[in-house]
Amino acid sequence: MSTYVGDAANAPKFQVAAKALVRDTQVRHNVRHATDVIRKKRAKVVGEMPDWEQLRESGHEIKQHTLRHLDFYLEQFERTCTAAGGMVHWARDADEANSIVVGLVKAQQAKEVIKVKTMTSDEIRLNVALEANGITPYETDLADLIVQLGEDKPSHIVVPALHRNRMEIRRIFLDKMNLTELGDKPEDLAAAARAYLREKFLRVPVAISGANFAIADTGSVCVVESEGNGRMCISLPKVLISLIGIEKVIPSFQDLEVYLQTLPRSATGERMNPYNSIWTGVTPEDGPQEFHVVLLDNGRTKVLGDREARETLDCIRCGACLNACPVYRQTGGHAYGSVYGGPIGAILTPQLQSMEHSQTLPYASSLCGACYEVCPVKINIPEILVHLRHKVVERGDAPLEERMAMKVAAYALQSPEHLDRARKLGRIGQVPFVSKGTISHLPFGLDAWTGIRDLPAIPKESFREWWVKREREVG
Amino acid sequence: MSSARDEILERIRDAMGGSTPAREADYDAIPRNYVRQGSLDVDARLELLVDRLHDYGATVFHSQEGEVATAVAAALRASGKMSLLIPRDLPRAWLPDGFHFFREGASYQEVDASEGVLTDCALAIAATGSIVLRHSAGEARRALSLIPDYHLCVVFAGQVVETVPEGIQQMKAFANIPITTIAGPSATADIEMIRVKGVHGPRTFDVILVE
Repeated sequence: MSTYVGDAANAPKFQVAAKALVRDTQVRHNVRHATDVIRKKRAKVVGEMPDWEQLRESGHEIKQHTLRHLDFYLEQFERTCTAAGGMVHWARDADEANSIVVGLVKAQQAKEVIKVKTMTSDEIRLNVALEANGITPYETDLADLIVQLGEDKPSHIVVPALHRNRMEIRRIFLDKMNLTELGDKPEDLAAAARAYLREKFLRVPVAISGANFAIADTGSVCVVESEGNGRMCISLPKVLISLIGIEKVIPSFQDLEVYLQTLPRSATGERMNPYNSIWTGVTPEDGPQEFHVVLLDNGRTKVLGDREARETLDCIRCGACLNACPVYRQTGGHAYGSVYGGPIGAILTPQLQSMEHSQTLPYASSLCGACYEVCPVKINIPEILVHLRHKVVERGDAPLEERMAMKVAAYALQSPEHLDRARKLGRIGQVPFVSKGTISHLPFGLDAWTGIRDLPAIPKESFREWWVKREREVG
Repeated sequence: MSSARDEILERIRDAMGGSTPAREADYDAIPRNYVRQGSLDVDARLELLVDRLHDYGATVFHSQEGEVATAVAAALRASGKMSLLIPRDLPRAWLPDGFHFFREGASYQEVDASEGVLTDCALAIAATGSIVLRHSAGEARRALSLIPDYHLCVVFAGQVVETVPEGIQQMKAFANIPITTIAGPSATADIEMIRVKGVHGPRTFDVILVE
């Protein structure tokens, strides 16, 4: 049994992955275009809300309250969901969740499942587990389908294929759907997906979904979507399995009034997404007659235990921080090596893995604060990034160059005498590298700075030296 | 070995470290200074709903109490449909002569072969242009308003609230029944962020507004 986040434990360092990705001009163009469009739409529909800040505040406080009483609300949800005919399972980690889901599908003797977009299933690598057991999963969200058929990885938590343009998608569909003809207009491509999936919606007996909200007081589950693939999956098959992170529970049905306002506006820049489905257990003569919920921990309780980073679990997965982030907009999502990219991924991914992997992600930020500003539940991402950097250093996982530089700085700043001595040494040491008062190339490690910007040389006379001299001359 | 359930709950209690404030008072202390009650009069509220529906590309047919059948006929002529599926309890009086209507009960494949569906709704939310279906006898099981390519929905003026909180307040009363909220036709912007109407749900969604 083990906890993991996709394949993040084996991903290259962010800085290494990013270097390769920023050279891919096609990806950069696609990412820039997509994030520009969503940002503009979001700004418009957020701007028309006179009470946006109050909604953010309440959204944050409801989540914080829920986390304070998470044990109570999970048990309450279990009770209400069970009373309505649902079956609730608990999974300590990714492996346990996979084995529960695989077991449930096998019990139906099903060889295929349809899936509604769930990043949580990517987190636990559910598709890999299903395939290893001879079960074929069909992703039904258009972007997820593009990613799955392209044997690719998601690059955004809301629009996972935003790094692909229409020509690339057309090639993937032609190849994988065995089509002989296909236009390249988005309408043509969407119609191809409709035709490809319709037969599966009507036939496949088991569906797997995630959830946006699990509602404790009514036992209801809410899925927010646009295409109708969610409605298909949760209402047509005989059996429905919903994989839900324990942080997705909210206390009351009434609390939806906050999130159903902030989530669509933040995620896709719509006043409301086309479809919300809310269901409670099993309904006779309507939809699945067997309904399972798998409540997943997989590192979440570890995050809960860190008071300063706890609010990471407030996240409602809108993706606004990705679109706003100047780093994400340059690199795209793949550089983060995780199903969760961008600012939220940079804090969530390493924490879910107990800070044992993905330690470079907290550094994948300029700390500009744009993510915090757009977050609909007011997660102070920059503060948590700094907090996690601190943790990385404490673990002794900071890069060697940085640790050495910090040791030197600690010595130099200990006393005026030390600073004087360090400055004098520096003046001698810098000689081979100075040209016209600036340093453009430093050797070994220190080139992390000079590789992208110049460093002013230490001047012949510092302000302190000049001041002492002046006092002497005047005095 | 303890169960996963007990272990997760134990981890949560450990993580939170014992003393937590009394839950109910803590919940009541959550600030809720956002707008929870609309301020528009009936006419302005309906105008807002129509504006939002148009924004989504829905066609709105205006009608009067007692003349729903006439509006249904107009909508069917405009969309070139001859027959529609209908839920079990849809009022007979809404169905115009000269068209075919089939009560639900068909298999998925039969529903898939139909031209469209006519339903009523539980309520509508003006601010977001949302139509709320409570999947009971008048609004049918979920498959019926999902599989066909055309959905015509009857909304009465008295069912329209202004804000999302007012809508949720009403929905809570029937939270035990499956609920679908619809804001325009099925759509995606997954390809280059260009909005395409109609992926899996009905590609055309029209509304009859009865005043």
